[in-house]
Amino acid sequence: MGANDKGVIGQRVLRKEDARFLTGTGQYTDDVTLPHQTHACFLRSPHAHAKIRGVDTAKAKAAPGVLGVYTSADLTGVNGLPCGWLITGTDGKPMNEPPHPVLAQGKVRHVGDAVAIVVADSLTQAKDAAELIDVDYEVLPAVVNVMDALKPGAPQLHAEAPGNRCYTWALGDKAAVDAAFAKAAHVTRIDIVNNRLIPNAIEPRAANASYSSADDAYTLYVTSQNPHVERLLMTAFVLGLPEHKVRVIAPDVGGGFGSKIYLYPEETAMVWASKRVRKPIKWVAERSESFLSDAHGRDHVTHAELALDKDGKFLALRVNTIANMGAYLSTFASCIPTILYATLLAGQYTTPAIHCEVTAVFTNTAPVDAYRGAGRPEATYVVERIVHQAAVEMGIAQDDLRRRNFIRTFPYQTPVALLYDIGGYDACLDEAMRMADVTGFAARRAESKKRGKLRGLGYASYIEACGLAPSNIAGALGARAGLFEAGEVRVHPTGSVSVFTGSHSHGQGHETTFAQVVAARLGMSVDNVDIVHGDTGRVPFGMGTYGSRSLSVGGTAIVKALDKIVAKGKKIAAHLLEAAETDIEFGDGKFTVAGTDRSKTFGEVALAAYVPHNYPLDKLEPGLDETAFYDPTNFTFPAGTHICEVEIDPETGVVKVERFSACDDFGNIINPMIVDGQVHGGLGQGIGQALLEGCVYDRESGQLLTGSYMDYAMPRADDLPSFDVATRVTPCTHNPLGAKGCGEAGAIGSPAALMNAVLDAMAPAGVTHFDMPASPHRVWSALQAAQKT
Amino acid sequence: MYAFELHQAKSVADATALLARTGGKALAGGQSLIAAMKLRLAQPGHVVDLSQIAELAGIRGDASTLTIGAMTRHADVASSAAVKSSIPVLAALAEGIGDRQVRNMGTIGGSLANNDPAADWPAAVLALDATIVTSKRSIGADAFFKGMYETALAADELITAVRFPVPQKAAYAKFPNPASRFALVGVFVARTPNGVRVAVTGAAPSVFRCKPLEDALARSFTSDAARTVKIAATGLNNDLHGSADYRAHLIAVMGARAVASA
Amino acid sequence: MPALLSLTVNGKAVSAEVDARTLLVDFLRNQLTLTGVHVGCDTAQCGACTVHVDGRAIKSCNVLALQVNGGAVVTIEGLAAADGTMHPMQTAFHECHGLQCGFCTPGMVMSALDLCERHPHADEATIRAELQGNLCRCTGYHNIVKAVQQGAAAMGSKEARHGGE
Repeated sequence: MGANDKGVIGQRVLRKEDARFLTGTGQYTDDVTLPHQTHACFLRSPHAHAKIRGVDTAKAKAAPGVLGVYTSADLTGVNGLPCGWLITGTDGKPMNEPPHPVLAQGKVRHVGDAVAIVVADSLTQAKDAAELIDVDYEVLPAVVNVMDALKPGAPQLHAEAPGNRCYTWALGDKAAVDAAFAKAAHVTRIDIVNNRLIPNAIEPRAANASYSSADDAYTLYVTSQNPHVERLLMTAFVLGLPEHKVRVIAPDVGGGFGSKIYLYPEETAMVWASKRVRKPIKWVAERSESFLSDAHGRDHVTHAELALDKDGKFLALRVNTIANMGAYLSTFASCIPTILYATLLAGQYTTPAIHCEVTAVFTNTAPVDAYRGAGRPEATYVVERIVHQAAVEMGIAQDDLRRRNFIRTFPYQTPVALLYDIGGYDACLDEAMRMADVTGFAARRAESKKRGKLRGLGYASYIEACGLAPSNIAGALGARAGLFEAGEVRVHPTGSVSVFTGSHSHGQGHETTFAQVVAARLGMSVDNVDIVHGDTGRVPFGMGTYGSRSLSVGGTAIVKALDKIVAKGKKIAAHLLEAAETDIEFGDGKFTVAGTDRSKTFGEVALAAYVPHNYPLDKLEPGLDETAFYDPTNFTFPAGTHICEVEIDPETGVVKVERFSACDDFGNIINPMIVDGQVHGGLGQGIGQALLEGCVYDRESGQLLTGSYMDYAMPRADDLPSFDVATRVTPCTHNPLGAKGCGEAGAIGSPAALMNAVLDAMAPAGVTHFDMPASPHRVWSALQAAQKT
Repeated sequence: MYAFELHQAKSVADATALLARTGGKALAGGQSLIAAMKLRLAQPGHVVDLSQIAELAGIRGDASTLTIGAMTRHADVASSAAVKSSIPVLAALAEGIGDRQVRNMGTIGGSLANNDPAADWPAAVLALDATIVTSKRSIGADAFFKGMYETALAADELITAVRFPVPQKAAYAKFPNPASRFALVGVFVARTPNGVRVAVTGAAPSVFRCKPLEDALARSFTSDAARTVKIAATGLNNDLHGSADYRAHLIAVMGARAVASA
Repeated sequence: MPALLSLTVNGKAVSAEVDARTLLVDFLRNQLTLTGVHVGCDTAQCGACTVHVDGRAIKSCNVLALQVNGGAVVTIEGLAAADGTMHPMQTAFHECHGLQCGFCTPGMVMSALDLCERHPHADEATIRAELQGNLCRCTGYHNIVKAVQQGAAAMGSKEARHGGE
């Protein structure tokens, strides 16, 4: 039996989707070219902040090949882009929610803000015409950094957001925290910056929008992680179109990492314009546009304090964070530094009292939203950096301090709203330490020292909350969308199966993992199961893929639909076998009368459902096609320990990651090969954040200084080591798969592990404070500064 | 990219005539020019493609001189037995330019004519006191590099070859910019019968000779001698990848590392 | 002004009138519909557009089609055998899970082949250094490195078999 012959849970089944990607036959949005295809170009603001005194499009409209040039003045009846989460501030008021116009209205607020869309027969014509648009800007002072934006007299972005504040929000019991600090034996304090990142999926954002007058309907191909959400937001909130008249297709998508969750201005303007020009319009972001206009990630400034007793038990954690929202509220921006951040500050520890206050700020930068991990890497970074620092200050071994505070009794109610259902933190720490050969570290450090190098070891024991849920609680907390997932299992008359899932795969391998779930349950080969996703015209509904939710939520919806298929199959089999329905058992692809050898195969039952000659038509509908919606009762809580070992060349500041060991608990695993791959990718991004990446805007002009791969340091193959990864399993208690999710863990644990290793390495040189990224120049400068003091 | 007229030159004479007549840009491997044209940062009305001029590519060496044709690709320099036997550091330098795909297209002549402030070839040419042979004349290295993206070349003048005198010892140490992988600081050291020459790329608006390192290495051609040289930060680049102080420090460090490997 | 372009692409002769500013990638994607050649950046760094011209990997987004006039181009579409059997390097990427979203994959495979040509027994450090011109955001490169090693070994053993015949 070959690996692909049977879909067994836990088996390393090779991916079904690989063949098309490896032969160049994948269909990404840019690969879709429609008859009479036209092309769009967006005119973008060269200024970070300016009033638009006037826009003259006459010359552009008259240019060769141009079909239309539109600005905000043309978009009558079009609303702004919505934000999907209403945060209520500590003052009891709703957050300040300034409009986010599809095309700039009256003002531009960041470099790259779209001012006009030009549609022409060819892309070159569109670009040429865009250069003919004359925008009369009155340049205003810009502010890009949150601390600057909060200062009195700072340039103001929005009349609706005085002081550039979106909200100040808090979570936790402040009085309890204050009381705990009052009796603490030791207090550790840190000030840290979580550096701003640009997601950089290798496929740039793209869209192809068309309008059909025959049925007054629109089709949008778009690089989206969640096409139904895209359609819902675009039709109901912005364009006022009937939802059933818009089909959104997210075909093969070349990576997302959060940046393709959101409803963006470009595709919205294109759908609107497609009815004006009556031809399909294609746009593919050039990478320089991606840098300017994709939603960025992170960008927090945090002060944190940890109170401990004399034995190193955590008594309380106090956190104050200022989060950059960018110029406008992107689709889920408001919930990232709040709901997905402050709630994770307990980490893996029994800290009894936690208080976190978050101020969200508007600046003249691209909007900031979820990027792989979204809030949880920021929380882990705060917790694990301060735990590292506390261990150093109290002279307690890093693993020991963590173990003294691990949660070991479940379910566990944290002081920051979450209820952890299960976990096993010691097991992951043990295995990570074994893989990292912690016992041999001292010798390696001594050997490095002989060569004039600094070696360090860093730990991060992270927790994340995945599969955001349930909808009613989230709704009470401000969510403006549901958090369920939908799945349809369509059994064909010959017994093969098509599954329609609301989850979207853009690298995660759902076509294989989900097929394994289905094949295992129905007792068939994965080759008989096709997974269909990314098309509102085919899939019933979906909230899409984000927050490591696809298997635990999307997979469970499929399991629920499979339950219905099996239940109906039992009824059909009972009829065929002339037995009582309660006597029918299903297993190994057969419906069997319990205790007998009388059975019908799944295929026979499927055929009977579609050729219902011998069928209980009076009691049962023909067909075998079931849909389920699943709304989880709780989050899932993947957790683990990452250990990083670095060597620093003090002469140049170069940090080399010598080894990286990660042991994670993702609950039950369907396909270990895919899970390991997800961890590797997350580690690559997390190490990228800690070692290389950092989005920088010029503090005066607001220009993006890291606007291409010439200046934004992307991790390359020779920047990274091979990784040692392992898993330990405590199955999730509240979904039938026992799965927790694995997509983000790598990016959540690794930045803190790496930075703790860098701080450990630099400690003998006297460096006690250092922010990401640990790029050579910054490391060298920190070492120089420490030498001088 | 804006529209332009492409001319495919058949010979050096043909190419220079085309350049003189059209005022266009010469296209060698195109790894910088095409990128600039795509971003609409360069907009030549005429482009003269040199790729079909066979006489411009090739490597010849004897005991005293290595001559590399202007249209020789970096990858071919990197793998050349003639280069490896006469001035092996040039093969290593070529192997460190950009990435494999860029080395397969990019040429030594194109790189020198472009004179990117962070390019590698200018450091080798300046430190080895190479001669730039053009369609009109021979230009000494010290007279060739004029400033950021500026050279002594006339608009209708083509580099045809570069003649490197074989040094007694030479080495190159590059500290790459973590993002672009161009030189943040690249130091080329050479000991020749006429003395020690040290050229630095990446650190300033244009490649330059580093007198303090040359003097120190003339006294003692050792890495310790290089490492203790204090380089002034004045005039060095200061950007988000490295302060002028950091670059100044790296010049001594890379100089020392180069000497150690020479 | 259009000019005549003649190429051999994946073994087939192709000729067409093209505008001077046509990039090789645009010719391959738009005129030949070889959409396996991808564009991921505009500064010739991501390597998703990598194809072979006369046996060498180049970035087709940074080369005019007319610059390689007369050349032999191989794209990802040209690697599998006529009966659909994948090239050993494609198989290795599949078996090692060396791809996730698939967008960088064609360029990555073409670069891998170029490097194996010159370094048939490349170690991990060599492979990582040689892949400098190809960005992947999904895999952390871990399984790509493994795939290149396995692919190189498979290509080597295939050659050894042919050599012995």
